[in-house]
Amino acid sequence: MNLLKVLCTILLLAAAAKPALAQANLQRLDYGLKARALAPQVWVVEGANDDFTPANGCNIINTGFIATGAGVLVVNTGPSRLYGEQLRALIARTTPEPVARVLHLNLHPDYFLGNQGFADVPLAATEATRAGMQREHKAYEDNLYRLCGDWMKGTESRLPTQPVQLGSFRIGQREFELRELKGHTDSDLVLLDKSTGVAFVGGLVFMNRVPTTPHAQVAPWLASLDALAAWAELKTMVPSHGPVVQGQAGLEQTRRFLRWLDGAFSTWAQQGWDMNEVLRGAVPEEFRAWAGFKTEYVRNVAHLYPRYERAVLQAARPR
Amino acid sequence: MQAANSMRCRLQCLALGLLAALTLPAAAQSDPFEGDPFKSHQWSEIKKDFLGGRSSRVVFDERVQVKGPAFAEDAMNVPVQVEFGALADVERVLVVVDRNPIRKVLELQPVARATGVSFRFKLEQASAVRAAVRTRNGQWHVGGTWVDSAGGGCTVSGGTRADGSWTQTLGQVSARMFSTAPGADAAAARLRLRIMHPMDTGLVGGIPAFYLARLSVRDAGGAELLRLQTFEPVSENPVFSFDFARAPKGPLRIAGTDNNGNRIDTVVP
Repeated sequence: MNLLKVLCTILLLAAAAKPALAQANLQRLDYGLKARALAPQVWVVEGANDDFTPANGCNIINTGFIATGAGVLVVNTGPSRLYGEQLRALIARTTPEPVARVLHLNLHPDYFLGNQGFADVPLAATEATRAGMQREHKAYEDNLYRLCGDWMKGTESRLPTQPVQLGSFRIGQREFELRELKGHTDSDLVLLDKSTGVAFVGGLVFMNRVPTTPHAQVAPWLASLDALAAWAELKTMVPSHGPVVQGQAGLEQTRRFLRWLDGAFSTWAQQGWDMNEVLRGAVPEEFRAWAGFKTEYVRNVAHLYPRYERAVLQAARPR
Repeated sequence: MQAANSMRCRLQCLALGLLAALTLPAAAQSDPFEGDPFKSHQWSEIKKDFLGGRSSRVVFDERVQVKGPAFAEDAMNVPVQVEFGALADVERVLVVVDRNPIRKVLELQPVARATGVSFRFKLEQASAVRAAVRTRNGQWHVGGTWVDSAGGGCTVSGGTRADGSWTQTLGQVSARMFSTAPGADAAAARLRLRIMHPMDTGLVGGIPAFYLARLSVRDAGGAELLRLQTFEPVSENPVFSFDFARAPKGPLRIAGTDNNGNRIDTVVP
């Protein structure tokens, strides 16, 4: 009997640790969002660890929400109006508390294109992120309509207007710490729920997935990863892309990738490689096995290699 | 039972073979794509406009290698690499993009023994990207690749046009010779060259075409190594790689002009 109890507990624990991945239904335009509790009153809503496709509803992001006793704090709102509305409904099914506030961790489209589902709630982001969204939201909409089709129906950007409070703050019964780092974008927020050690680390950490780099700067990103590694209170990391991870495994992965990329691109630029040769250069097996490699690495090269290339060219003198 | 099946198959195969024999020559004659491996509707026009029309001699040739990405992450900067070192007596290299509103991207007249050129260009929509290489006997050798794209590369302004910073950097050249490029033997060399220029296509409202038009590279003795014509689709602040079978003697002189008459005249140390 005792043995059975132990077995049951093990099974339950195993089930709890397994990602509750959404099953998107294209016919009904239903993302099939599921909330998985990471700690009491702290939930993650996990997207596919993949690239944007109509089959996954372009839902490749992990969003989250925390019930504070004085309303729900929502972290990111997903890629579309439909996602935002379905996330709002999921929150209402999961906790009786009303939504108090939305926080956007950076400027990327699936962090805020669901805002129409939270039109009545204060939407907050850093100043740099709000400016970036203002600059890029039209292009995001066009691009996601093209990539995702019907899933984007009725989606219009609704930009955050509220500033964020950095450092420690309290909502209801919960203590949070919010830090602004950078490197994945010009402004990357990390939100720590202090009592549980659950941290929403946004785009700074990618787990089992090739990092996205349209606004990336490698050196500050690596410095931010060092800062995260030294932040002892972080126990559970919720990356925006890829599975939730205990400890620093995701951070280490992202750091290995960026260090390799920095070294390889520097060497290749020094040797005079053209971009097409870089696209065909040898990439370690570990990174090739991650989700999104085929498409995302092409983007990494397009975004980042030109800087390494420029760094090795010398100014010619006027004749 | 098996024998009957096999017999039936043989009869069918025979019939199919006969059918193929009867229909194939007719199909070849009426091939609207004229043998184009990309089956592009623009191919016959491209032959007419750039390769001398129906009377010219054109072959699809593996010795002209064109490499690009499978899809264009940044439609304003699509990298393309053209290698033609396997052909002798090359007179002229033309890069054309079938479905661009401006098809001709670049023309190179290798004077010394150039074996390849790489650069980035603006792609308006998914398209075949081709290099046509003419040898001294008048024969065109054509290679190509297909690049998929979200599109729009020719009809939006580049970054330095959008923020106005191009005026501060117009015509600046940076460059370097490399002896270590992939696939090169010990004697070979690659010149990489970046020229600051907005390269406006003229297809963005209110901004007329403004682009680098000519460029020439000379060695220390004043001998011309290559001559290049560039057109609107070449990317903003273009970066070129030129491959030479034998390292030229530097310092190299790089001179050129844009379509507004602004001159470039610099020496690569």
